[in-house]
This record gives sequence, structure tokens and C-alpha cells, in this order.
Amino acid sequence: MEKGTVRAWFLVHKWTSIICTLFMLMLCLTGLPLIFNHEIDEMSRGADNLPPLSADMQLKTLDEIMNNARAKRAGDVGLYMSFDEERPIVYVTTGPRPDAEEPEMNFAPYDWRTGQEIPTPTAGAIVTFLLELHTDMFLGLPGMLFLGFMGFLMFVATVSGVVLYAPFMRKLDFGTLRTSRSTRLKWLDYHNFLGILLLAWLSVVGLTGVINTLNDPLAEAWQADEIRDMTAAHGDAPRPETLSSIQGALDTALAAGGGVKPVFIAFPGTLFSSTHHYAVYLEGKTPITQALLTPALVDAADGTLTDMRTMPWYMQTLLMSRPLHFGDYGGLPLKILWAVLDIFTIIVLGSGLYLWLGKKAGAPDRTSRRTKLATEGNA
Amino acid sequence: MNMGANSKKTSSARSMKQIFMAPTVIAVLSVVGLVAALAGDGAADLLSWVALGVPVAIAAWAYGRRQ
Repeated sequence: MEKGTVRAWFLVHKWTSIICTLFMLMLCLTGLPLIFNHEIDEMSRGADNLPPLSADMQLKTLDEIMNNARAKRAGDVGLYMSFDEERPIVYVTTGPRPDAEEPEMNFAPYDWRTGQEIPTPTAGAIVTFLLELHTDMFLGLPGMLFLGFMGFLMFVATVSGVVLYAPFMRKLDFGTLRTSRSTRLKWLDYHNFLGILLLAWLSVVGLTGVINTLNDPLAEAWQADEIRDMTAAHGDAPRPETLSSIQGALDTALAAGGGVKPVFIAFPGTLFSSTHHYAVYLEGKTPITQALLTPALVDAADGTLTDMRTMPWYMQTLLMSRPLHFGDYGGLPLKILWAVLDIFTIIVLGSGLYLWLGKKAGAPDRTSRRTKLATEGNA
Repeated sequence: MNMGANSKKTSSARSMKQIFMAPTVIAVLSVVGLVAALAGDGAADLLSWVALGVPVAIAAWAYGRRQ
């Protein structure tokens, strides 16, 4: 490779890294405990733990649960029902109108076996704080998109780092770590070696993280396009005066075969459905089909199935990006590997920062240091 | 990248193929590991642990023979 080309790639690597490194360090540090979100949640729940949902449990119908919920909130209509991943809990969201804004909504968990309201399971305050910091730094959509851009810069830094790996390794065997000659050489070797080890994993976790930051715009685009398209046959049919059975809608959707388990049901007139339909979002059995939700639209007047189709490519990409970013789809061993690779990433970021700061601090001594390093590199 | 500056003078320079052989194998295994666990549970999970365990194992190996 020409000296000028190497220099150009070095500048790309340097500047993309300088801009994104501190944010990436924050993301890696907050992300580390978030890998074990589920385990932390389970530990902190302790005594109020419900047993896992099983097929032989006697469950109340969703209509009973909704009636109980509306009895407590006079004048409210049902907006959403969502289902706990493991426990027999139905989360009921009601509001004064079908198109109610979020602050007006009421959210309460119900025991699916008794149909009675149960205390809201509290997500740990620390986990919630870390998650928000990690997602948008408490800045909403602009914060999310900003972190997405930082993730993109990190990907550019990764690619340019791979290019620079070649001239660096011309005299060295793979896996060489010269740790005893100078601190700078030690961290340079760690930086290059761990960086190249992480190439694929970090690219996937980084880019899926970038895609996740586009969650809101993509979901809105999908609602605007697809839901309207799926319900086109009904035009702007009004919300039925009397809604058909919720349990019936779920059973119809499950019978249609789009999935084995409901994730949530959106009621007529809400953002995730049409004015005339229940939208039942189903997931499958394997990690892939669990991520790829299939919406089934059930007519809320007569309870018949209107349409069921898989999500468009951009929604599938978004939904697949979640497990690939979180690392929560292959049991505890995968999470532990995720954590180790995350720590490697922190070492790459930290050593990169050290190499840059070290170079600046030692500016007057730069020539001699460079000669020395180059000599060592050839040893 | 400082390392490469004087390298032309010695005869033991490695080819691109030699330099990128191991990283390519590791990258392919990583992708196999990332995808395997998505495809199913059980054996697919096991494959993903082994495949994604490779970069971690190699890091331990390199650390063990650090100079």
C-alpha cells in the first residue's frame, strides 16, 4: 500500500474515532449490565415472582380482564393488551378515547389466572436509568439519532482500522502481543489484536444498534403504509359501537397460524391498528420468528379475520436488529460471551484513546519515539 | 501504522493472504455464531457458543504467549 493511502486511512481512522470514542465508551459501559437486564430483573423481583405461564393453567378470558379494568376506570376504553414474555400477566392500557395521547393512558398489570389487578412490577431504577442513557441520553428522538450517527462513525473507524491492520502486521505474526518493551507498544498491540478479533461481532452489534435508533421513524412509516393498505377494503369504516370479543379476536388470529403466542393486541382506533380492527401481533417459536411479529387484523364488528401478512423488509430488518444488538437470544452463555466481547471493545476504545493522547502529550519527542517504535516493530 | 515504515528492508514481509487469513476465519466464525442462535434453540445455541467462543479463546491464547 502507498504511504499516502495509508496516511489517508489513518486520518479517517483517527478522526472518526476521536468523534465517537467517548460516546462508544458510554454505550459499552451502560450496555454491559443491560446484557443481563433479564437476570437482574428476576433477582430484584424476588418474592412477588409469578410462576411461568404454562399450558395447563386455568386462564380468564381477555374480555373478563378488560371488563375488570374498565370497571376501575369509569368512561375509559380499551387501547392495548400486552402479554408478559414468561409469566401469566396481561398488561392492560386504557384511555379516555381511542386516540388518547400517552399521558392520558392508564397502564395496569392483571393476573391472567384470577383476572385481578396486581401491583406494577417495578423495573429497577438503575436499569431504567442505564437503558435511557444508552438509548437516547434522555434526549428523545434527536438523542437516539445522534447515537446512531456515532455508531455509524464507529463502523467507519472499524473498517479503516482493518485497512491499517495490514501495514502494521507485515512484520508480525498474528496474535503477537509485545507487552514488556514499552507501555505504548503494549497498548498498540492490544488495540490492533483485539480490534481485528472483534471485527465481525462489533460490526454487527454496531450496525444493528444504528438500525435500532431508527425505530420510531420506521414504525411510523410502517403504520402509515401497511396498516392503511391492509384495511383498504374497509375504507375509513368507523369504530364499531359494540366491539366483538377480544378473546375471540385472539383465538381467530392464533387459528390463522401467524404465530403461537400473542405479544400485544391493539384496539380499534389506536396507532397500531385501524379504526375498525383489532390488530393481534403474534410471535413464533424460534428466536427468528419471535423477533418477526406478524400482525393479524380481526374485524372488531363481526370477529372475522380481515388480513394477515408478514411485515415489510424494513420492519423485519428492524425487528431482527433487536436480538442481534442485545445478545439475548441464545441463553446465558451467549450473554456471557457478549459481555466478554463488550469488555474487549472497551479495551480497544481505551487503548485507542491512550495512543492518541500519548502521541499528543509527547509531541516534542515524537520523532525519536516514532523511530524507536518503528525499530521495535521490525524486531 | 508506524510499524510498516521500514519493513521493505527485511525479507520476511508477510503477504496480504498471510495477514488476513486468521482474521477472516474468525470473522466468518463470528457471523456463524451470531446467526446460529437466531435459527433455533438447543444445538443451534451450542454452535453459536462455540463459534463466538473462538475469538475469546484466541484472545486467551495470545495473552498466554505475550512477549
